[in-house]
Amino acid sequence: MLPKIFFGYFSIAMIFVSILIITRRNPIHSILWMLVLFFHIAGLYLFLNAEFLAAVQMILYAGAILVLFLFVIMMLNLRKEVEVERFLGEWPIAVFVGGATLVLVIMALTTLTQGPVGQYTVEAIQAETHVKALGKALYTEYLYPFEIASLILLIAVVGAMVLAKKRT
Amino acid sequence: MSLNFDLIMPFIFILVKIAIVIGVTMLHVMYCTYFERKVIGHMQVRLGPMRVGPHGLLQPLADGLKLFFKEDIIPTESDKAVFKLAPIIFTFAAMSSLAVIPFYNGFVVANINIGLLYILAMSSLGAYGVVMAGWSSNSKFSFLGGLRSSAQVISYEVAMGMSLIGVMLLAGSLNLSEIVKAQQQHWYGMYLIPQCVGYFVFLTAAFAETNRTPFDLPEAESELVAGYFVEYSGFRFALYFVSEYIGMIVMSSMAVVCFWGGWTLPPFITNAIPALLLIPGLIIFLAKVYFHIFLFYWVRATVPRYRYDQLMALGWKVLLPLALINIVVTSIVKFLVA
Repeated sequence: MLPKIFFGYFSIAMIFVSILIITRRNPIHSILWMLVLFFHIAGLYLFLNAEFLAAVQMILYAGAILVLFLFVIMMLNLRKEVEVERFLGEWPIAVFVGGATLVLVIMALTTLTQGPVGQYTVEAIQAETHVKALGKALYTEYLYPFEIASLILLIAVVGAMVLAKKRT
Repeated sequence: MSLNFDLIMPFIFILVKIAIVIGVTMLHVMYCTYFERKVIGHMQVRLGPMRVGPHGLLQPLADGLKLFFKEDIIPTESDKAVFKLAPIIFTFAAMSSLAVIPFYNGFVVANINIGLLYILAMSSLGAYGVVMAGWSSNSKFSFLGGLRSSAQVISYEVAMGMSLIGVMLLAGSLNLSEIVKAQQQHWYGMYLIPQCVGYFVFLTAAFAETNRTPFDLPEAESELVAGYFVEYSGFRFALYFVSEYIGMIVMSSMAVVCFWGGWTLPPFITNAIPALLLIPGLIIFLAKVYFHIFLFYWVRATVPRYRYDQLMALGWKVLLPLALINIVVTSIVKFLVA
């Protein structure tokens, strides 16, 4: 019963906060609501015994990416920015894309079948600690996709350096 | 009834623990301010506070009373909701970091497996309090302070996280109590010896994270009046002030837990002088923390402030590569020894 109540609270609060994020007129307020959203996502991870993911969610998303957003928005001229309408331009296209995604999600959900139970049950993860279990899976079973992801990140890093160095 | 009792008891137990930790920390904060003024006073050949009580011992009480009864001013052109929220977030981030620090064997409010990452997450949350205060005050001084602080915290957080990876590698755990116990397995008893590079990077990053000299650009008084909290007065200002000192205590405790062996003494010392084993762990822990707090004041009285570009260059071009090399060397050595 208690887990269901918690999950209900988290999912309802997350939907509500997401609506708040896109309807605020002041971009800084949007970002602060997004911080609340990230807190809730981290809470959900904790529920799934994924404590490492919860901590990384806070450190990377809330601590680095969102602060970077905040940094950029603070550089803009807010007096002008606040007066701009939030929903403008090609809204019919946006509605179409959103609707299509929704149909896709519903189709995926209706055809969902539960996968086979792997070696990592809740007890196994608790015995081994989540960080170790995740590290083992990443560096043995999923080494190839992991290396591809790191290569993509490396390209992004090099690209950022090239862009920054261009002017001098 | 007995079932209810079993459910409620741990809850009360945790509340009592929290009350003890917060109470003792607040007392420490009070006398940290006194200690800082005395230490810096004597280093600059002054006496420091002398008027209130013998040797100014009651000065922190007087300061607290003054701040408590001061008028609370909110600028008219500010973003009121954010302005009021900012100090609360900052204090929350500082105080909740205390929850995972093991003061001595078994005394920790929340003994979680990711304690180390939790502290990093909370210290990055503290940046919001600073940035929000700088932005919502609608004043150019606090705004510049907020901008500087967010850039500084992002930059130094990377180096700090990387410097702690060496400790994680050696201990094989992210649980702070486990890290202390893992250090006891070796003859040297503290990771300060194999991880001296990591300790140097961590300490430098800790100075930057807590906005202390020589990295106190966010609150550089000669150019920004007081930085991001210029517009705050009364108790809201006190929240910032207190949280900065709590941040210092948390960072000192982290240094002690991760590099100085927490509440234990190195085996090579206790083997030589067995009488030292009689000292309670809490006293050893506190002595190490006090040394680090003294270090903060010592540096403040000794070195001048960095220039902003020097600060960024130091963080990205010196500390980060050092921390990365430290990780590589530590992993290779651990692989070869094991």
